Amino acid sequence: MIRAVPASIDDTQTQLSQTGYVADRALATVVYLALKMGRPLLLEGEAGVGKTEIAKSLATMLGRKLIRMQCYEGLDVASAVYEWNYAGQMMAIRLAEVEGSTDRARLESDLFSSRFLIKRPLLQALEPDTQGPPVLLIDELDRTDEAFEAFLLEILSDYQVSVPEFGTVKAEHPPIVIVTSNRTREIHDALKRRCLYHWVDYPDAERELAILKAKAPQAPEALTRQIVGFVQALRKQDLFKVPGVAEALDWASALVELDAVALDPKLVSDTLGVLLKYQDDIQKMQGSDIAKMLSEIGKG
Amino acid sequence: MSGRLADNITYFARALREAGMRLGPGSVLDAVAALDVAAPQTKTDFYWVLHTVFVKKHEDSGLFEQAFAIFFRRRAFIDKLIATMSPRAPSKPDDPDRKPEAGALRVAEALLPKAKNDEPPEEEKQELSARLTISDREILQSRDFAQMTAAEILKAKQLIDRMVLPDDRVRARRFVPVNKGGVIDPRRTLRNSLRAGGAVIDLAFRDHSQRHPPIVALCDISGSMAEYAPLFLHFLHALTDKRRRVETFLFGTRLTNVTRSLRKRDPDEALALCGAQVEDWSGGTRIGASLHRFNRDWSRRVLGQGAVVLLFTDGLERDDLDSLKAEMGRLHRSSRRLVWVNPLLRFGGFEAKAQGIRTMLPLVDDFRPIHSLAAMADLVKALSEEPSRRHDPKTWLKLAG
Repeated sequence: MIRAVPASIDDTQTQLSQTGYVADRALATVVYLALKMGRPLLLEGEAGVGKTEIAKSLATMLGRKLIRMQCYEGLDVASAVYEWNYAGQMMAIRLAEVEGSTDRARLESDLFSSRFLIKRPLLQALEPDTQGPPVLLIDELDRTDEAFEAFLLEILSDYQVSVPEFGTVKAEHPPIVIVTSNRTREIHDALKRRCLYHWVDYPDAERELAILKAKAPQAPEALTRQIVGFVQALRKQDLFKVPGVAEALDWASALVELDAVALDPKLVSDTLGVLLKYQDDIQKMQGSDIAKMLSEIGKG
Repeated sequence: MSGRLADNITYFARALREAGMRLGPGSVLDAVAALDVAAPQTKTDFYWVLHTVFVKKHEDSGLFEQAFAIFFRRRAFIDKLIATMSPRAPSKPDDPDRKPEAGALRVAEALLPKAKNDEPPEEEKQELSARLTISDREILQSRDFAQMTAAEILKAKQLIDRMVLPDDRVRARRFVPVNKGGVIDPRRTLRNSLRAGGAVIDLAFRDHSQRHPPIVALCDISGSMAEYAPLFLHFLHALTDKRRRVETFLFGTRLTNVTRSLRKRDPDEALALCGAQVEDWSGGTRIGASLHRFNRDWSRRVLGQGAVVLLFTDGLERDDLDSLKAEMGRLHRSSRRLVWVNPLLRFGGFEAKAQGIRTMLPLVDDFRPIHSLAAMADLVKALSEEPSRRHDPKTWLKLAG
């Protein structure tokens, strides 16, 4: 039984929030459209704003298998699509020799059969699944090189790959594709054209509060509000890297571990390393008036 | 086929070549053959027949149109073409009121010198080939950009277009098949040996591929750099044309990304677009603030995969030296190699006395002049090699005491 995709944007938003992902209207719209139109979804945004999390939530929401492909420089067909089990093949050749088998044609077709085929994420994503077409997460595409991007282009347009010795594998139902990028380089226009694009921004205070409540329920309500207020204020500062949602969540659990019930300047100063990851930024904030920032949050 | 027609096509092709299109002698033969076969009766037909043969890139289409208009303008087409015709061009461009189109300048440059005199074709041939003689080139090589005449700058630009560009390569993580060395490639090994029946196992190898590292250019366009910036931009345009990943930023008091504009194939059009994009051309300069913007907004987006940074500025910063130091430090740490190209180095007695320069020098890997074509060629060579002692920035600090 394949679970159906959401019927409307509202439905998408509700269903996503049931899985613990608080999406704003724009994101819900683009997710809904991607599902309806069967187009890949390209998500860009700063690190730690929940790009990868969308794919995970979608898989949970639709009850599909999640296939994740982490990109890195030098990613090639052997680790992205398929690889033959060479050791196994060598063994089979050796066995055939010992047995004195002379049927070369049979040996060859045996060697290049699915028994020796190691399926990598892209090939797995094209195979039929009992739960319905899987969610394929191509994570941090900007880390790989242009050559791989070009290859991906081919797969995303036809949803098929050909293995020379084996034949062409074509997806009966195309997978739900989520591509994420941290923008350490620009993704080529040709690939962007094939995708629906969404820039995942930092959430506003209201949504961040909802996210923290959903993901870090152990923190007391008053503390959560303070955390959101402080993180939001921090994002307005001129920092090299402002904290993302992931950092805010980390901070919440760190403060819970420290049994904190409210923020005070010393506590904030001691735990800044959870929020800010650059020495210059930490120095700048420690030099500034944290007490004043905190009192302003109290007012707001 | 009339000999004169063939001659004219040859001259026309030569003009196109001068204007920057890549045409071999084969294309002239093709054009003559095509005219023979098509036997065009109207000017439009004639135009498109030549267009088909000569234009191999869309970008050249505009150039061709301009050249055609100038070259064949005065003639009522076919009759005069077959009749007497010397390869002379009209003495002034098409329509003085019209804004010159992209490439128009170079077409005029290629055609107009011929218009000055009505000499017979033989001498004209000589003049054409003599336009950039060896000695001409040598003088141009060492001449300071700031002292060049407009005509010399045009020639310098042509030379930049023909310059050999840096061939620096770094090892990539991707594997490619090789004949020797590297590691065993099991996929190809097995496939090859099975093709031969599996009796012999013939080892195939693979090794890391090589790729150009990305280049990021930060180019100062303030008033003090005005004479050098256009030629450096021309150089960057040539570089952008040849390599895949070149990002260019201009800064004076604010930072502008002009990468997209420089991707236009035609250099004049590209530079004009850059000019239109920038608001602070030839104004003041705030190096620290501009670098801050770059570090914050762009460094993470363009400095990945081991980028080489070319910082083109005179380093005359008066503002905030502390922040300049901090921003230079960050830029230095986040790039694979930071090369400072400085036209001030042209002076024999250059000393790193200015405060801004003293602040920036310890934080760069390489310090080079960029005031002439020869210096530019040196820079190209330097990018292809490992850094040398001569351009170690520390020696300049020692000299200044």
